[in-house]
Amino acid sequence: MSSENKIYFYPLWLRIWHGINALGIILLIVTGISMNSGFEDSLISFKLIITVHNYAGVIITLNYLLFLIGNMVTSNKKFYIVKPKNFLKRPMKQAYYYAWGMFHGMKAPYPLSEKRKFNPLQKYTYIAAMYLIVPLVIISGIGLMFPELIFNKVYNISGVLITAVTHSAMGFFISIFLIVHLYIASIGKSPLDNFKSIVSGWHHV
Amino acid sequence: MKYFIPLQILMLLTITLKSFGQFYDDPKSHDCLKCHSQQTYAFHNDMMDTEEKRLMNPYLIIDTIRLRTGVHQNFDCTDCHSFDYTTYPHAASLKLEPMMTCLDCHAGDESFAKYEFEKIDEEVNKSIHRQSFGDNFTCSKCHNQHYYSTSARTSSSVMEIVENSNAMCLSCHNDMKKFSLVSGELKSAIVDIHDWLPNQELHFKHVRCIECHTAVEDDLMVSHNILAKEDAVRRCAECHSSNSLLKASLYKYQNLQKRAEDGTALGMLSNESYVIGSHQIPILKTISLIIFFAALAGIIIHVIFRIIIKKK
Repeated sequence: MSSENKIYFYPLWLRIWHGINALGIILLIVTGISMNSGFEDSLISFKLIITVHNYAGVIITLNYLLFLIGNMVTSNKKFYIVKPKNFLKRPMKQAYYYAWGMFHGMKAPYPLSEKRKFNPLQKYTYIAAMYLIVPLVIISGIGLMFPELIFNKVYNISGVLITAVTHSAMGFFISIFLIVHLYIASIGKSPLDNFKSIVSGWHHV
Repeated sequence: MKYFIPLQILMLLTITLKSFGQFYDDPKSHDCLKCHSQQTYAFHNDMMDTEEKRLMNPYLIIDTIRLRTGVHQNFDCTDCHSFDYTTYPHAASLKLEPMMTCLDCHAGDESFAKYEFEKIDEEVNKSIHRQSFGDNFTCSKCHNQHYYSTSARTSSSVMEIVENSNAMCLSCHNDMKKFSLVSGELKSAIVDIHDWLPNQELHFKHVRCIECHTAVEDDLMVSHNILAKEDAVRRCAECHSSNSLLKASLYKYQNLQKRAEDGTALGMLSNESYVIGSHQIPILKTISLIIFFAALAGIIIHVIFRIIIKKK
């Protein structure tokens, strides 16, 4: 669906998923950092922070299922398919554009269209985030919520340690992803244009 | 003749080794243990001139295997119990005589000075145990003098230290008969009382009861001032924080402390107990800060270039 120079990139289910995910992830990052750094005298009690983190985690997990099912039953899945041809060259070209080309009058190497919702760099990052990092953070999160499920020891290493470190590390990568994601989103027609798109569903090309 | 000296040394060694715990080597021929290590005992009843066999009071049966590994393995029974017990039937008045107390040996002795038994006694006097039950609450209520063996300062396994320590508390708090001896109540509802504690089983296996139920005393290896239940730690952040209470209690032992604070990859991996919020791993912290600031710097530089280009 498109009209003039606009493409309807983000259907309603995707926008709802994205909205819940955004709020949930922000809550999880804030409460996660708060727990892990052990701030004793924070405004909110430690117990409440844990409760918020647990509830937000469960909501994000259910929401992730919405993302998976949505991608399974709609045509949105096609945007996550990677072509083996020029597997590394394509994202490198996009990175070169962001770092150098865009300041030197170069045109975007992979302009977005009905067939291409993500540029190669974006696609790779989203695949890593949604199909590797988020599943790991969910699995390790379930492990920490029900520690009796965790293996006591893997070789000589505490199972809780592995689970907790995996959870923190993946949480950290998601935080970095969020920062970069928000910044890259500001590189649009105007700095706020892409933010409006994810609310309305229509993307300016 | 050339073998004489080595032979003498060998004999001396044999004698030394033999004297180690010699009293309990053969319980069946030991004056006390021939009865007190058995379910039944036999004696000649002089009054009736008969041979009698009776059941031994189960609370007075000694586990000779544990006795041989306890810290007091080199002592004979009568080193602490009255010598008059060597005659049978034991005189009834012996039961009323004051028993030897731990401090009779352990207090005021230079070789035990580092364990600060006098300080421990002061702490016990302040504790809820002594406050509620008076002098009847003796050391042996927790530390079984027959079998006691050290683990807190010797073991490198947190789980083992925790298990041994908690077993002392549970020997009364999970035993209705022994509990009623001091409390008058018949039931000690440990699981129900700790219902508020998340992941109760995990906590019970990995931290000692005394972590929350004692006032931390820096001078002592193990804090002995057991607090009233109202004063026990209930705030998660007391332990799950960078300034964790556990560093002043469980992890203050040198054998564990080294690993608990070891931030290297190897130290991190050999750490069997990980406390969320308390065990920060410095190397990961450094790496994450580098990544964070690199990302931030990249964004700032990019913004600056965008502004410059726009102005042009």
